[in-house]
Amino acid sequence: MDLAVLLVYAAPIALAALGELISQKSGVINIGLEGMMLLGAFFGMLAAYLTGSPWLGLGLGVSVGIAASLASGWFCISLGADQVVVGTAVNLFALGLTGSLFRARFGASGQLLSLPKLPQFFGIDPVILLMIASIPAVWWLLAKTGWGLVVRSAGEYPKATEAAGFSVNKFRFQAVAIGGAFAGLAGAYLSIGVAGSFAENMTNGRGFIAIAMVTFGRWKPLFVFLAAVLIGFFDSLQYLLQAKGVQVPSQLMLALPYVVALLVLVIVGKGTSAPASLGVAYRRED
Amino acid sequence: MIRAFGTFAGLLLIVALTLALFGLPVGHSLSLMAQGAFGDKLAITRTLVKTIPLTITGMGIVVAWRAGMYNIGGEGQFVAGGLAGCLIATPLRDSAVPAWIAVLLILAASVVGGGLWGGIAGWLKNRRGVDVVISTILLNFIAIQLLAWLVAGPLRDVKSGLPLTPELPEGMMLPRFDRQTDLHAGIFVAVLAVAVVYVFLYLTKAGFRTRLVGAGESAARANRIDADRVRANAMLISGALCGLAGGVEYAGVAGQLGTSFAQGWGFLAIPVALLGGLHPIWVFLSALYFGALFAGSRSLAGFTDQGTTLIYIIQAAAVLGLIGLRAVGGKRRIQAEVA
Repeated sequence: MDLAVLLVYAAPIALAALGELISQKSGVINIGLEGMMLLGAFFGMLAAYLTGSPWLGLGLGVSVGIAASLASGWFCISLGADQVVVGTAVNLFALGLTGSLFRARFGASGQLLSLPKLPQFFGIDPVILLMIASIPAVWWLLAKTGWGLVVRSAGEYPKATEAAGFSVNKFRFQAVAIGGAFAGLAGAYLSIGVAGSFAENMTNGRGFIAIAMVTFGRWKPLFVFLAAVLIGFFDSLQYLLQAKGVQVPSQLMLALPYVVALLVLVIVGKGTSAPASLGVAYRRED
Repeated sequence: MIRAFGTFAGLLLIVALTLALFGLPVGHSLSLMAQGAFGDKLAITRTLVKTIPLTITGMGIVVAWRAGMYNIGGEGQFVAGGLAGCLIATPLRDSAVPAWIAVLLILAASVVGGGLWGGIAGWLKNRRGVDVVISTILLNFIAIQLLAWLVAGPLRDVKSGLPLTPELPEGMMLPRFDRQTDLHAGIFVAVLAVAVVYVFLYLTKAGFRTRLVGAGESAARANRIDADRVRANAMLISGALCGLAGGVEYAGVAGQLGTSFAQGWGFLAIPVALLGGLHPIWVFLSALYFGALFAGSRSLAGFTDQGTTLIYIIQAAAVLGLIGLRAVGGKRRIQAEVA
């Protein structure tokens, strides 16, 4: 298969996973990633459809992703609510909101839209370039900057972060917002760049797969990206095999990415590379 | 009592707000929904039929989450239960086994199927440290695709052109109250599940251990409880209950499996269980409430395309509202203690 095509298929999962990585490094697991992608996909589609500009579509997708992550952050970080509970609610909310708005605007029958396309440079669109550039960027941000150091410490041992004079919650909010921006972009790219249309629940588990890929990639940007590309490969394998005339039940091929993701997690196990305070809200003792 | 009334009023407010936000006439929509949920015998049975799977899967969620196992896989376990029920129904159909035993065997198989699917996640957590949230989500998708493959291929009814399994004969279905309505004996299974989970959690040693493990690792360790084993058992029971819900839906309503068998009851049970505070009795009431909302939303379909998708928003808003209220209440308590 053409590498450029493979990258396009893998991009939504890869982008979402890179954002989730930053969020998780700060100690916040964003189970609502799927919902944030869906919001990005819907509002990105809406802006691109109404204005005719794919750029405004991507822009609105990113903005909605950030807004959703800040709202979810208010519950998880400020209120210290359980991150799995909040994430589950975010997913349900996004599913209901995008479904209702889509039906209200385009009818319940599921209209096929044609969205404006992104420009291509040498057969690659700018979002793919941005994705490739963000692999070293995310690594540099987390490993080499002072900001990254504080974020990582907030995910490992927040008491020490606070003792050093930094606000754990402030840095968690920033990390979560960056994660939300990536999720929104991933969703908007899914509707505008990959599908060229929108359908109800079109993310179809990609957000969840992205969360699994962060674990699979051991919280390292390059590995997380490669993991997402591997899943993208298995995702596109059905078309490849069909083209070669190999008879495999299509439903089993559709299950393949999930089976591979699960098997990989079974093989690598949890290990010790997870941030020590992942999923634990920080309450200041004052 | 005041709390229950407050919750009910709050939920009603969220429903009204959601309807208003989508530009629907609030009063008219509410009365239509009430009509669709309680208006006549047909409406009430419709509400109860939707309450049954919500209650049983809700009980499954309660057991797992009380043990600290975030089982998001109710949907996959529901499907696995339905599939197991269907698998055992195939040889029973032409056998001499009395029909009522066949029904019980279908339900038993669904318990095993769901328990197996949930048990995998528990096993993966203990042996390989795979996060339950992630493994159960992946297992959902695997179960749904497995269902799609089985109904299109091996389990398909050769006489029909559609990807559906053969219909269960009337005698092998759960008995119905009368011929006009869909209400079936599964309502007793649901009530029984509530009672069993209540007794398990609050009146048995194993249930006490489950709640202790969920409350915190250190408390469990201090009491020399093998937390891993308790968690694995909780996932088994949770999966078994969600699977049972699948079996009841198969033998009570559907009668055959198709891709539409996975209707999302296992997902929707999570907010239902959360709004019920993970307490069996309250979760039952919460399931009744949402059963009524789902039944009522069908009457909305007459003049708007939304309907069921609006319920997702209502559920999510209700969960977030509850979290917000609880957090504000909790903060006040902490401040009061300090003062």
